[in-house]
Amino acid sequence: MEILMAFVIGILFMSATYLMLSKSLLRIIVGTGLLSHGAHMLILTMGGLKTGSAPLLGENAPYTDPIPQALILTAIVISFGVTAFFLVLAYRAYQELGTDNMDRMRGTEGND
Amino acid sequence: MKTNDIILQTATKVVLFLIILFSIHIFFAGHYTPGGGFVGGLLTSGAIVLLLLAFDMKTVSKILPVNYIHMIAVGLLFAIGTGAGALLFNVPFLTHAFGHVDLPILGDTSLHTATLFDLGVFLVVVGVTMTIIQTIGEDE
Amino acid sequence: MINFLILPILIPLVTGVLLIFAAKRIMLQRWIAGISSVIAIILSALLVQKVRVDGIQTLDVSSWEAPFGITLVSDMMSALLVLTTSIIAFLCLIYSFWSIGEAREKFYYYAAFNFLIVGVNGAFTTGDIFNLFVFFEVMLMASYVLLVLGGKKAQLRESIKYILVNVISSALFVIAVAYLYSVVGTLNMAHISVRISEASQGNPPGIITVIAVLFLIVFGLKGAIFPLYFWMPGSYYAPPAPVLALFGALLTKVGVYSITRTYTLFFYHDTGFTHQLLSFLAIMSIIAGVIGAIAYWDIKKIIIYNIIIAVGAILFGVSAMTTDSLTGSIFYLIHDMIIKAALFLLAGIIIAIAGTSNLHKISGLIKRYPGLGWTFFIAALALAGIPPLSGFVGKLLIIKGGFEAEHYWGAGIVLMSSLLVLFSIMKIFINGFWGTPRAYKGEDKVPVGKMMIAPVILVVIAVFYGAGSEYVYPYILQAAETLANPEIYIEAVLKEY
Repeated sequence: MEILMAFVIGILFMSATYLMLSKSLLRIIVGTGLLSHGAHMLILTMGGLKTGSAPLLGENAPYTDPIPQALILTAIVISFGVTAFFLVLAYRAYQELGTDNMDRMRGTEGND
Repeated sequence: MKTNDIILQTATKVVLFLIILFSIHIFFAGHYTPGGGFVGGLLTSGAIVLLLLAFDMKTVSKILPVNYIHMIAVGLLFAIGTGAGALLFNVPFLTHAFGHVDLPILGDTSLHTATLFDLGVFLVVVGVTMTIIQTIGEDE
Repeated sequence: MINFLILPILIPLVTGVLLIFAAKRIMLQRWIAGISSVIAIILSALLVQKVRVDGIQTLDVSSWEAPFGITLVSDMMSALLVLTTSIIAFLCLIYSFWSIGEAREKFYYYAAFNFLIVGVNGAFTTGDIFNLFVFFEVMLMASYVLLVLGGKKAQLRESIKYILVNVISSALFVIAVAYLYSVVGTLNMAHISVRISEASQGNPPGIITVIAVLFLIVFGLKGAIFPLYFWMPGSYYAPPAPVLALFGALLTKVGVYSITRTYTLFFYHDTGFTHQLLSFLAIMSIIAGVIGAIAYWDIKKIIIYNIIIAVGAILFGVSAMTTDSLTGSIFYLIHDMIIKAALFLLAGIIIAIAGTSNLHKISGLIKRYPGLGWTFFIAALALAGIPPLSGFVGKLLIIKGGFEAEHYWGAGIVLMSSLLVLFSIMKIFINGFWGTPRAYKGEDKVPVGKMMIAPVILVVIAVFYGAGSEYVYPYILQAAETLANPEIYIEAVLKEY
């Protein structure tokens, strides 16, 4: 199961990298979404994909370690917020700069 | 352009309440089982988004005259307030209290200050989601 | 009161929320924000004193005991950094009153400002590696808002890059935490340290070193060390002066703090690799920063590149890992926070007067603004570390520690960099303040006197910090001893170990 997950995560990271290297801003945002998705899957896998490893003292119940899930929930909320902000920003930038092409957003003013 | 969306509008009027009721159920279910403020909040904002799709922004803001940014702030105050309440009793921040109460109809009910915290989360999530959607949708 | 150490986080948080309600009433916002940050300064000063007297303060949030719940830990280093942050926040706030403009003030500027402080103070205080990530995100979210407020074209463009870099580094942070969790099975920083020590009896497993490098990349991206500083000159160029001062003084330092914390508490077993790498990167940061600072003819750019130099110097001290060099690093870290804030605020005034940050177009300011000129001069000397000003002691100790650890080359480069820092900053002074005075459009509208309040106070603090280093030294030494001996930290957090 872990090996399968490793492949899934790898494919997610690969697609994320590909998307983030493209020029369209929207694709980049989708790429960041995939990247954080891959990271969340990684936490889940790293926490162990089996039951019975609960951090409960003196009890051998068939629970799964809840910490990775708590971490993922937190990370999902955060990436939800960041992605939302990023989308709004991208939309504003598109309105203001008239392009969503990263090539045309290049350059800084005021340099020698 | 005038579109014919009578089916959507009629359906929305019914479905809206179902979604909101379900979101409230999810919110309280989060007490001991999967669910909670975040999911409930997302469902509620989903309902409002459906309303936005069926009608237009003006109508919706007439039905729900809420300043969503203030809603975020109120939610945060709820969450912080629940946490900071612990300061009054000189126990570590965010320590929660709970107990069982016998209510007339509901019977034995467990009350928990964590619900107040979750209510804060609920409000923040609805506020944030709606603020974002309003910002993007504003100048159509 | 056991909750004392959370107050510097809680007060800005509550203030930020209250300020959302008062968004349209500017005077009310200023009063609320001002009063709350004064209270925060007083409380964090009391916290420093409490840590000095009673030792490390810990708080098990939500009453979950140490290795299982989230723990907040205030050792001397974090208490001192929280105090410095509070002071800088207050002064940047005062400076904003006269320079930030009504449009931003009405658009939740002060609220975002306070949330930034929440994130920074939280990151300094937390004792849980995932909680550190959460506070990083709080801080970054606030910084995105501050960066983009105003919505000029350059700001939007730079914000996109800044957010993209930080989203990627956040994903890497999550990945690093995931690997660490899979190896040690805990998130509490003290507990992680114990588990790593147990796992690496004499010979640490390779995976720990890999994780160490991964953390270095993550925090290096935030802290702008050598190969990872590429985003900084562009992004920090865009926002207005008080925001820039906050970013320059606080955000990068959070990255530096995190490197210091993880490299002294977790990854001190394989110093032959990790700390060598750190010291190499630190030296390269100094060199890259010096090149940038000398090459540019732009006030903001020069000071921004000076951040990179300072980060290099601090991390060089950390990599040497002796009590002396760590003392020097903490000394220099606090000095740099104060003096960078002062320099950015002063640069903000110069830019407001001249309407440009290009040094070729500015000259002779000292004729009309002697106070500004001399304040800048003192700040410049302090930055370069001329005795008895504040940069001197820190750098001296870092170099001493470098020699003790037999990093002769590195220590030499740190020493040399001081000269070039002086040159780069004097370039601003000579070109901007000397020469024939010019008339600038709209310079009469700039409230120079009021804007000078904050930087003058900062420079005075810097002077006292340097001149009174004898009185500050015991505090810093206590901080460095905790860093050099992780057992103190572990014992305070976990009690029974």
